[in-house]
Amino acid sequence: MSNYPEIADKLMSLQEAVGRFVTNGCQLSIGGFTVARNPMAAVYEIVRQRIRDIHLVCHSNGQGLDVLIGAGCVKRVEIAYGGNGRYAPTCFRFRKAVERSQIEFEDYSNYQMSLRFLAGSLSIPFISTKSGLGSDLLRLQGFSEEIRGQNNVARKKFEIIQNPFAEEEDRVVLLPALTPDVAIIHAQYVGEDGTVRIKGLTFADAEQAKSADAVIVTCEEIVSRSFIRLDPDQNTLPPFFVDAIVKLPYGAHPTACFGFYDYDPKHLNHYKKVAKDDDSFNKYLDEWVYGVADHEEYLNRVGAAALLGIKANPVVGYAQGLDRK
Amino acid sequence: MLTYSANEMMALAAGRLIKDGDIVFAGTGVSILAATAAKRIYAPKAIVFFETGGIDPILEEIPMAVADSRVMYGTCLNSGLIEAFSIVGHRRLHTVAFLGAAQIDRYGNLNTTSLGEYHRPKTRFPGSGGACDVASFASGVITFMQHDRRRFVEQLDYLTSVGWYQGGNSRKKLGLRRGGAIAVVTNLGLMKFDETSKEMVLAQYYPGVSVTKIVENTSFSIDVSGATEAPPPSEEELRILREEVDPQRLIL
Repeated sequence: MSNYPEIADKLMSLQEAVGRFVTNGCQLSIGGFTVARNPMAAVYEIVRQRIRDIHLVCHSNGQGLDVLIGAGCVKRVEIAYGGNGRYAPTCFRFRKAVERSQIEFEDYSNYQMSLRFLAGSLSIPFISTKSGLGSDLLRLQGFSEEIRGQNNVARKKFEIIQNPFAEEEDRVVLLPALTPDVAIIHAQYVGEDGTVRIKGLTFADAEQAKSADAVIVTCEEIVSRSFIRLDPDQNTLPPFFVDAIVKLPYGAHPTACFGFYDYDPKHLNHYKKVAKDDDSFNKYLDEWVYGVADHEEYLNRVGAAALLGIKANPVVGYAQGLDRK
Repeated sequence: MLTYSANEMMALAAGRLIKDGDIVFAGTGVSILAATAAKRIYAPKAIVFFETGGIDPILEEIPMAVADSRVMYGTCLNSGLIEAFSIVGHRRLHTVAFLGAAQIDRYGNLNTTSLGEYHRPKTRFPGSGGACDVASFASGVITFMQHDRRRFVEQLDYLTSVGWYQGGNSRKKLGLRRGGAIAVVTNLGLMKFDETSKEMVLAQYYPGVSVTKIVENTSFSIDVSGATEAPPPSEEELRILREEVDPQRLIL
């Protein structure tokens, strides 16, 4: 760790990063999208530390969302999409939790949630859009009135106003900004100066990070200052937004990390089978989360052959010809 | 006689609706087949892009999710959600969105959220994702559905994505500047919308499917007076679909 004096105070173990920044009842946002770049190792650590009552704010988090909900870490969720591509038309534990009234939920759309993170990152209280006019997203509220206006839950889900700049009738939707307590994202590279570089699609990771009070970045590689600053056009976040840096190769597994590895179809298909049933899901958690001390043990359990099987061809960014059925 | 599956017919029926210059917002499943088939067969100058921010990827392999790394390879731009939605609604662009849904009504409004009472649903689905957004902003929406009475309903349990809303010019009155439902492609046929009333009408039934079967599988009344038989897939269309679009047979 002393190899990187500039970020010595930010480099820490996953246990420490989660323990320090992710607290009971916090508002949390995690990066990635469905089967891609969810900070899964951090999610598993949150589960292992048995952190409870999380208020999760997300657009389309897929695997990370489902594991957090299934493990009982989440009290309430603001969400656009709880699915995981072809591996979960609807995320299994999310679906069960909603159908059994085990979590409080509020529906938005992907663009609405992205705009709310953007508003938070811009330090503005709300943001306007035309998205959702006429839909039940702007008619029905999931959260009860009692919980609104406190603990960083917006006082209102939305507001519809007349466009103040138009003479004719023109309706506009206002959405409240999001300012989560903590955001966790998984990146391909962090420079030894703390600069973050995400390769492939960034989704809304940058907006999520910049809207949060604290940011944990887990990464595949820590790279030299000269490398990260050689082509700064490719960088995603400057160092000062980042509070904790954890080097975690394969830290997004079983979701994909462009250029490094693909999603793991075998693991996701196994998850699809076990997540439908309470007992088999708990066994899954015992095997893959509680039963391993840390990320290294987790990777040992996944096994070298499986990791090699999903290794990305660095030219195209994914594992060509991978059996994905 | 050529044999082909319902998915193949659906992909081609939708693909045929895409024109050169269209910017096509694709999802997964049949919709990605349709978008890729459109580009390789009917509209080589169409652009396929994804809500996650991948714009015009090569798609040598079929993506299994819109965040699949395959939508990030060979693109003209890898961006993010905000940029993707800046394209969907852009006034200079003609954007066509492919969506799927659990329920659809006569005006092409869609439900992907839940069945039963919203707060205590009988069945919970994934939710809007980007569907509500593209339904608000795109120049037009083409929806893929399995055709049965549980899905083609009088009244949606939850209106996630607005089509023609309550028909007539009610969509415009909401404050949405353009767009609306263009077509619905099912395993039985192709539906379009009346220009004035904006009610769903049967445009085409597939070879071997009777008009009666479509009427019986639709909970609301549907005008079938202008319906014709859809041209069956040609040998060349099927070859491209099978050999170039989905050679790994992940969806076909």
